[in-house]
Amino acid sequence: MRLMKLPTRKGRVLVLRYIGAGVVTLLFLFPVYWLFMISFKTPDEIYHVPPLWMPGQIQFSNYYVLFKDGDVMAILNSLIVAGVSSAIAIILGTLCAYSLARFGTGGENLAMWIISQRMIPPIAVVFPIFLIYVYFGLVDGYFGLIVLYTAFNLPYVIWMMRGYIVDVPLELEESALVDGLNRWQVIWKVVFPMVRPGLMATSVFTFVFAWNDFLFALVLTRTEVITFPVMLTHYFGGQSNFWAKIAAMSVLGTLPIFVAVTVMQRYLVRGISLGAVKG
Amino acid sequence: MMTFSLSFNGTEHRRPSRLGRVLEDRLPYLIVAPAILVLLLVGLFPLIYSLIVSFQRITMTDNDTSFAGLLNYAELFRDTRLWASLGHTAIITAIALPLELLIGFLMAQLFIDRMPGRQLFVALLVLPTVISPIVAGATWRLLFDVRFGPIGEILSFFAGEPIRILWTVNPAYVYPAIIICEVWQWSPFMFLLLLAALSNVDQSQLEAAEIDGASYLRVLRAIILPAIAPVIAVACLIRGLDLVRIFDIIWALTEGGPGSMTETISLYTYVQGFSQFETSYTAAISFLVIALLTLITTLVLKRMEIAR
Repeated sequence: MRLMKLPTRKGRVLVLRYIGAGVVTLLFLFPVYWLFMISFKTPDEIYHVPPLWMPGQIQFSNYYVLFKDGDVMAILNSLIVAGVSSAIAIILGTLCAYSLARFGTGGENLAMWIISQRMIPPIAVVFPIFLIYVYFGLVDGYFGLIVLYTAFNLPYVIWMMRGYIVDVPLELEESALVDGLNRWQVIWKVVFPMVRPGLMATSVFTFVFAWNDFLFALVLTRTEVITFPVMLTHYFGGQSNFWAKIAAMSVLGTLPIFVAVTVMQRYLVRGISLGAVKG
Repeated sequence: MMTFSLSFNGTEHRRPSRLGRVLEDRLPYLIVAPAILVLLLVGLFPLIYSLIVSFQRITMTDNDTSFAGLLNYAELFRDTRLWASLGHTAIITAIALPLELLIGFLMAQLFIDRMPGRQLFVALLVLPTVISPIVAGATWRLLFDVRFGPIGEILSFFAGEPIRILWTVNPAYVYPAIIICEVWQWSPFMFLLLLAALSNVDQSQLEAAEIDGASYLRVLRAIILPAIAPVIAVACLIRGLDLVRIFDIIWALTEGGPGSMTETISLYTYVQGFSQFETSYTAAISFLVIALLTLITTLVLKRMEIAR
């Protein structure tokens, strides 16, 4: 509370704010803590009543099982699909964004159409896509998912990168052009270095979106290219110790995102808000 | 707007090749084309295809492509399970969205002033928002488990007597369970946006109000809320659209159950398409969903225009 900064109370208010911050963080991180702990527990500890707050000892057998059974292939599949589709979306989207930002190609209408593509609910397109994919034999392959995630992420990339590119001073590009660089060189040598932070942040989010997708992957994968969220739901209703697998798989599947987002912390706000708030 | 002739100014000594020139002259269209092509192919084409299918009579057992007129669309009105699923979606959205906004705002107020370690808190609080919704759902299913989940234990501790709730099975608790999970995952999203918005509020106005001795509520109403209104609107639009198509969390938590009590419109569409294989009918539902979402978006955007 910004307005209660009276000197005599300042210290006390700060203490209260730390207590508040601690409680809030505890509340929001407890589920993550629980999941993490389950992943290290033995079956006896997982199904112990009352629940145990800590595993007796840190053991990795839940993870070992995932490797032994080849379930980690799902993580690898997710990495491939999310990685490749993000890379393509970033390249195509950034070029498109440059054209929209600098030449106004297609005017406001094209820009609005592109962003409206993002508003279409996945459930409305997944069924026709499924029928088309069955027809062309694209179900359960990398290619189909990569194309889909690329298209899914393109509006986001274009919209974000357009914002970053508009912020690059026009004079920089003009003087580079006068100095004899052609347009491609300007994009590569002048614009690219300027928007690199934004590009990194956008890449992280396209990766996260593709990584987290469940619906498309559920419908369009069978046995070969199962991604990590789909793998998780396969454990539900499974035999005995499925919580151990769910927990270990969840931790493995959250790790890449955790790393990416931590590295990109500074650009988070603009990234998740479609550029609405310049954070 | 820049012209291309600029690129040739003073470059007589390095005239580009003919191909290079064509590439450069057509560049604005050339670099837009691939992205648009992908969007048309994966975005627009399925929609058109789906529109055609929605006027046919295709089911799993019968590939009857004859023209059905508005048959499938008329069926929508008689489908009570469809309207129930829209109702479930509306309930979840109507409760979760304001809660997320309120909790996000309170969190933002808590962290608005700088204090040592603030960055760390913010970094940790982002975690729920970026993990997969399916992981969020699975985690809460684990937490809610009636026998070895910790929530029953915690509630029992505070109540002083054993409390055992079948969260995901008991009709009275299944909505709270979904909303708790949803709010847990997305309040931090609101928090991040509002934190950024609040730090952009004009400091001199706040200080002037402080000197005038204005109460916090008055400052909130007169200065803070008007300043952050556009961000609130955008945040509600983004989250609102996401909530209307909620799927993952419910799939992991309740699978639409008990019965079809928590079946949302996305789940119902999925069931019609992929368990019942009512191909043409599913296409018709899809267009109902698109129409509804377009309506909501337009209304919200209209309001935002007025607010501006």
